[in-house]
Order: sequence, then C-alpha cells, then structure tokens
Amino acid sequence: MTKQQANWSPYDNNGGSCVAIAGADYCVIAADTRMSTGYNILTREYSKITKLADKCMMASSGFQADVKALQKLLAARHLIYQHQHNKQMSCPAMAQLLSNTLYYKRFFPYYSFNVLGGLDSEGKGCVYTYDAVGSYERVGYSSQGSGSTLIMPFLDNQLKSPSPLLLPAQDAVTPLSESEAVDLVKTVFASATERDIYTGDKLEIVVVNAEGIRSEYMDLRKD
Amino acid sequence: MFRNQYDTDVTTWSPAGRLFQVEYAMEAVKQGSAAIGLRSKTHVVLACVNKATSELSSHQKKIFKVDDHIGVAIAGLTADGRVLSRYMRNECINYNFTYESPLPVGRLVVQLADKAQVCTQRSWKRPYGVGVLVAGLDESGAHLYYNCPSGNYFEYQAFAIGSRWQAAMTYLEPRFENFMDSSREDLIKDALISVRETLQEEKLQISVCTVAVVGVGEPFHILDQETVRKLIDTFEIVREDGSPAPEPGDAAPDLGEAAPAAAAEEGAAPMDI
Repeated sequence: MTKQQANWSPYDNNGGSCVAIAGADYCVIAADTRMSTGYNILTREYSKITKLADKCMMASSGFQADVKALQKLLAARHLIYQHQHNKQMSCPAMAQLLSNTLYYKRFFPYYSFNVLGGLDSEGKGCVYTYDAVGSYERVGYSSQGSGSTLIMPFLDNQLKSPSPLLLPAQDAVTPLSESEAVDLVKTVFASATERDIYTGDKLEIVVVNAEGIRSEYMDLRKD
Repeated sequence: MFRNQYDTDVTTWSPAGRLFQVEYAMEAVKQGSAAIGLRSKTHVVLACVNKATSELSSHQKKIFKVDDHIGVAIAGLTADGRVLSRYMRNECINYNFTYESPLPVGRLVVQLADKAQVCTQRSWKRPYGVGVLVAGLDESGAHLYYNCPSGNYFEYQAFAIGSRWQAAMTYLEPRFENFMDSSREDLIKDALISVRETLQEEKLQISVCTVAVVGVGEPFHILDQETVRKLIDTFEIVREDGSPAPEPGDAAPDLGEAAPAAAAEEGAAPMDI
C-alpha cells in the first residue's frame, strides 16, 4: 500500500525571468513578458514588474496568481503606511515588509520569487533578493526565475565586486553607467532567451533614478 | 438643556422619547471649532478653522484624507474623529482590495452611520462626540454628507458644523442653489468666506484655516498655505471694491505675518495615530 499522492496542486509555475542591478544613483529592474503554463504560452505581454512605492519596484517570477495577491497586499499596506507616516515608504522599509509578508505564510507560501529594486534613502541604487518564504539580502545585483541559473553566473562574471572583507571597503553597487547597465540587461536576456524555453517574447526594463521612473521595451525571440 | 434624571445612560429613554446622551454628544460637536463643506457638480470643498489651545502648541488636525476620492472634516472630539478616519481609511482600502474600484461615498457614510448607531444602543459605550463632513467623488458625482453622533446622515449642498456654524449658514443659505454650477475657484472662495463668517472679531488668516478640495480629475488634497493665502488676498481685494458686506468692520488684511506661523505648522508631527 503506497502513500497516496496529491492529484491536485494549488501551485503552478508561469515561468519567466527577472533581473535587477543597482548603480551609484540608479537601479535597473527588468523582466520578460512571457506568461506560460507547462509547455504552453498563456500570453506574450504580461508585466511581472510593479511599482510598490515612489522609488521602489518589484519584479516577481513564479506563480503569477500568488504574485498578484502579494502585490495587492503590499499596495494596501503601503497606503496604510502613507496615512500613518505622511510619506512614501523607503526601499529598505518595503524590503523588510515584503520579507515579513512572505514569512507570514511560511507554511503555505506565496510561490513568488522576487527581486526588489529602487533607491535607498540616500539616493543610491539598492537591490534586494528573496526566496519564496522571505529570506532576503541586499545585494548589488540579482536574478530570479526560470532563467536565473543562466543569468546569474553571467552577472557574476560582469558585475561581481571583490570580497566585502577586503580593505578598503568596496561599494556593492556597480560602477557602470545607467546606459551600460541597461545594455547589459538586454544582452543577458537575449542570451537567456536562447536556452530557456520559458523566457522570451518581450523584455520590459524599468529604470529608477533621481528624476523618476522610466520604462523601456525590447523584443525577444518568440520561440 | 439641563440635567435631568433620564440623561445618565445612553440606554435610557426620556418620557418624551429622547435619548439625552445622544443629544449631549451633538452638543459636543457644536463646541468644536467650525468646519464647512460645499459642493458643485464636479468639486467638493472642505474648510475648517484650526484652533490651537495655546500659542506654543500646534494646530489640531481636522481634515483627513480618507482615500484619493474621499476626505473628511470633523468638529467636536477630535480624538474620536481621528479614530473614525482610521476606520474609514481601512474600509476604503479593504473595498479597493476586494473590488479593485473606489468605495462609493454613499456606502461609506452608511457604514459610518451604522457604526455610530451601535454606540447609541450599548450600555457600555458612549456615542462618538464628533460630527463628520464627508466630501467625496464617485461614479454618481460629487457628494457632501454630514454624519452625526446620533447615527443619522444627510446629503448636503452646503453645510457648516462647530462653533458659530449659524454665521456660516447665514452666508450659505441664500447662495447654495447656485453652487451646483460654481467653478472650483468660486467654490473655494465661498468656503473661505463662510469660514471668515464664523470668525467674528478675528481676521481671516492662513494660520487659522485649512482648505481641502476633491474633484473630477483631482484627488483629495489639502491646499498648501501659499495657495490659500493668494485666494484670501484675491477675494479680500474684491470685497474692498464694495461688494455687499454681510458684516461691518472688515479690516484690510495684512497677511505677511501669517507666513512664519504657517512654516512652523508645516512640519507638524504626524500625530495621526
């Protein structure tokens, strides 16, 4: 008598990849726009990036229903914060809130792999990377999603700063300029699209800097 | 009103069929400083008098943003008002979360009224001591409601509550029929004049009053002091040109001194919760 296995899962993986790179005074957040299930494509034009606060964007890959629920919750919590504090939430504050929100469902998690990107209170770029239950870390760059295994080693090669244990202390943010970082993101996604079947269609790039938020799109292979 | 043997509990009727505790709660509203609301087809304006207990303290916050499309002005026990604003904000957020659309104003005021009614029928509670002017915009247009501690609410074209509210109503009554077609600027002007009516001896200064607007394409926000100062200047000049004065003795305003006082309250602590 073998143990009975579940014949229904509450989760699904809608695929896709997300990337975020922090610069000295900007932050680039990017994700592809393909939404799939199994070997099928549900849509080629779905945005995985959302604005949580004035200077804080989140890109999430995984189960998009959970992602949507998470986005709505964070938006509502942000409204409450604004009523109470009379100001927008900073990126580090939002980062902690996201972590707590994810851990709250430790035993029925949001199937959502997130990268948070924005400007910290000093105007420097900041990127936070998460797992599904809220473990997070501030980093100079990160990727999540189906293409992350292809993307991350490449970003390490291009962006990895020497060990933080060395002296003098080095910045985790990349010395690249904003346009160089955007070009890097485009290259990275073009490569990931080649080998990851769940990544492709179109690339959405969002850049957060002192002037505000701007979006850019680039076509990717549709196969 | 005088003390009598039926006014100890809110759950005791008088032989005449009155609940005195509820009526006393409405008295508390009249003791608070004035708050005024006016509406047109496309905009709603709230204005209120900000009284500080002493020169050393900051002004009471009496106007609260509830959502992008709804704001309130209160008179009476401002602590009760703060708590009710928090409730209203919560209701708006929850409705928006579930229905992905803004909470219609008419629904919110009913919920608020029902909440007030509960306190008139529980022996361990007391009525809220605050009158709430709810200004909001929804699919059916611009609305102004007044919510009473009794649990009653009505929709108004224009209304004033708080101390010397009769003076403001005397100004508004002959004019309210035209408000529906008023422009945004005229509506604000009328609101400021109504506030001025409730300040009998004092000059209308920006340090004393707060104005907020919500309208089509314009989310609820409190006007900054500079804008209000310019508006006051404009209509004060118009009045000096000899438009009919409802009351005598309007001194020419010298509002330059009001600016430093305004700067001090701009950074006031967010004492909302």
